[in-house]
Amino acid sequence: MLQATEKIVSLSGMTKSFGAVRALANVDLAVGVGECLGLVGHNGAGKSTLINLLAGTLAPDGGEIRVSGVAQAADYGVRRAGALGIRCVFQELSLCPNLSVAENTRIYHKSLRGWGWRRNAAELVRRKLDEVFPGHGIPPHATVGDLLIGQRQMVEVARAFTVTDSPTRLVILDEPTSSLDAVAGKQLLTYVRRFVKEGGSCLLTSHLLGDILDYCDRIVVMKDGGVVADRSAVEFDRESLVAAMGNVISEARIKAHEHVTAQRGETPVVVRAVPKQQSDQTALVAHKGEIIGLAGLAGHGQTRLLLQIYEAAGKTRADTSVSGPVALVAGDRQTDGVLHLWSIARNISVRSMRALVKGGLIDRDAESALAKKWRERIRIKTPDVENNILSLSGGNQQKVLFARALGSDAGIILMDDPMRGVDVGTKLEVYELIRAEAEAGRTFIWYTTEIEELNNCDHVYVMRDGQIVADVARADLTEEKVLQASFREGGRA
Amino acid sequence: MTDTTLATPARDRMAFLGDPRLLRKALPAVSLVAILIAIFVLNERAMSYRGLDLMLKYAVPIAFATIAQMFILTVNDLDLSIGAFVGLVACIAGTWLVDQPVLCILILAGCIASYAAIGALIHMRRLPSIVVTLGMSFVWLGIAVILMPTPGGMVPDWLKALMSWKPPLVPFPIIACLVIALVAHVLLMESSYGAVLRGAGGNATAIDRAGWSLLRIRMSMYALAGFFGVLSGLSLIGLTTSPDAHIADRYTLLSIAGVILGGGEFVGGRVSPIGAVIGAVTLVLTGSFLIFMRISPDWQIGAQGAVLIVVLALRALIKLREAK
Repeated sequence: MLQATEKIVSLSGMTKSFGAVRALANVDLAVGVGECLGLVGHNGAGKSTLINLLAGTLAPDGGEIRVSGVAQAADYGVRRAGALGIRCVFQELSLCPNLSVAENTRIYHKSLRGWGWRRNAAELVRRKLDEVFPGHGIPPHATVGDLLIGQRQMVEVARAFTVTDSPTRLVILDEPTSSLDAVAGKQLLTYVRRFVKEGGSCLLTSHLLGDILDYCDRIVVMKDGGVVADRSAVEFDRESLVAAMGNVISEARIKAHEHVTAQRGETPVVVRAVPKQQSDQTALVAHKGEIIGLAGLAGHGQTRLLLQIYEAAGKTRADTSVSGPVALVAGDRQTDGVLHLWSIARNISVRSMRALVKGGLIDRDAESALAKKWRERIRIKTPDVENNILSLSGGNQQKVLFARALGSDAGIILMDDPMRGVDVGTKLEVYELIRAEAEAGRTFIWYTTEIEELNNCDHVYVMRDGQIVADVARADLTEEKVLQASFREGGRA
Repeated sequence: MTDTTLATPARDRMAFLGDPRLLRKALPAVSLVAILIAIFVLNERAMSYRGLDLMLKYAVPIAFATIAQMFILTVNDLDLSIGAFVGLVACIAGTWLVDQPVLCILILAGCIASYAAIGALIHMRRLPSIVVTLGMSFVWLGIAVILMPTPGGMVPDWLKALMSWKPPLVPFPIIACLVIALVAHVLLMESSYGAVLRGAGGNATAIDRAGWSLLRIRMSMYALAGFFGVLSGLSLIGLTTSPDAHIADRYTLLSIAGVILGGGEFVGGRVSPIGAVIGAVTLVLTGSFLIFMRISPDWQIGAQGAVLIVVLALRALIKLREAK
């Protein structure tokens, strides 16, 4: 199947950094004419960055993009990519909810204008929907905001395949089946095969390894911002694909890590939560003093589960029971965590305000003492805790958020991927602190997208599609196991 | 209150219609009809050519200003300067339109261009539109006061004649409002670029990824707002004949209320030009309603607020049903 020597696109030496984080390091990738290429990798492997570079929504720091053999200038962007027939269906939806299906199609095609544009656009998208998803039942004049999420995804996919003035030559599908049901997902992949057979090209990412194995001609595996395998799909099977995504070195490190002495179940249960979307009764269970890891691909319901636990603090409900107060360490610092206008001290004390009140007013001395105590304990690098929070580096701001949670009365600490964009030194310090606090009797529930961080956990739950799909004890934890569970078994039969 | 008791049976009747989406679309028209019926019940003579002409005289400049505000709201911004801007236009036209019409048109074109420039500034510097337009409102007002410290000026006869024109059968304000609504509807709802403009309010990232310039979209919207603001000012001096700087101060809030009353929303690009004009007319009629009730016009703003609250409450009820 690798007969296609003619390339629709070829990227060479692609490099991209975000601040200190290197997302892509010298990556080469080519998609042949009439080929369906599968792109797989775990969180942060660089898939999304690569797709954005190809679609023109991000500019590379270095490297060359060739489309049909022609080198593209530095001004390569969405407009140019569109004119060359490169279309991208992004993971987060790119439809305007206030417009109709036909109007959303019009936005994609500059040539849909003049008299009767609405009728033409409706006809165009209706025909393509019929072709890709027979029996879809989506009226072209319906407002997108009124459609179900699966229907919206269908519209978005069908729109990418519609053709007006410039031909559609390469369609990038980033997790296209994530919000489609099994039938629509199969319809799409069948259509992709037909599209490819007729000379089109496709770049497909999916967390369903079966889809990748069954429907792609070639598979590229990415890890840590580089390509680690690039072979024909028939040379892979499920195990070898998972093995290629994993990292042998870190597995050795997991094994070498000392086992915790405390046995699970010896302390009382403090959190018990069944995810809202769970089809069986599998629950997340945390005992006092444990560090529980939440793993899986990003956006598969981990944050939602944390919020579910957070909202149930101190209550007992049918699906969630939590004993005692809860504190949350936000991962998305700027939006969910840091209060930009406040000082470091106030940012730390805000969770404990009730305990710091004297005579109806905030006790400044107590507040300052709390902040100073945590500055020493967690080593926040600042000369004065009364400085504004934004005077700190990102890693130190994150430490403040940890101090806010740990300085409170909460016995249960939820962490929503808190180490995003934090440097290694800070990470190691915080890991140590979490261990110490757990030994002192605090319970941690820790969502992380970095598999290596699971080393610090006593017990790990892997989530997929909003459900707990694996329940791994510390002793059995391997990276391969987490990856296996994160990607769904088998294909769509 | 009378308008509440009138609106409630209307809702019950609508309940039989079923589809809440249709209900939401019909709500602006239903509230307009409700207030018209209330007026006609109080005073039969209002239900005449002359009565409607008198009551709706000021609907024309307010409808223009409301449409201007609607363009800004489409891209999730808010214009707090439209009232002062309309006042400035009135002063400019009152100063120069009779003696130096060419110069006056050039200045007004410059005003529209500066609106587009404000849109560009807001877009490029990512400034909050509320702050920028609030600041600009003092700039517009300041220029207008310098230009015309005391009420005065001259209004061309053709403008006066146009605004007091008495066409057969249908009063002029009704025709004018219909034309304004239709033109804005075609511009924003029917044209192919209009879909792109509204899309920018719904999901700017999607519009950007599809290869459209968000800067150009915002500048177009602000320029359109400026253009309709100019029309508002001109129609206003045709009615009052003696402009002054503070003549349209109330228009800022009236125009926002009109858009919202007409089914528009503050975010998400969900607006309706026909609804906005209906909203503006409803607010104007609220004033007449008070007069017929023999309530002092001092209560006008309060009454307009009450209408707004009632209609928004109804909309919230419909939304609740939609969610079910």
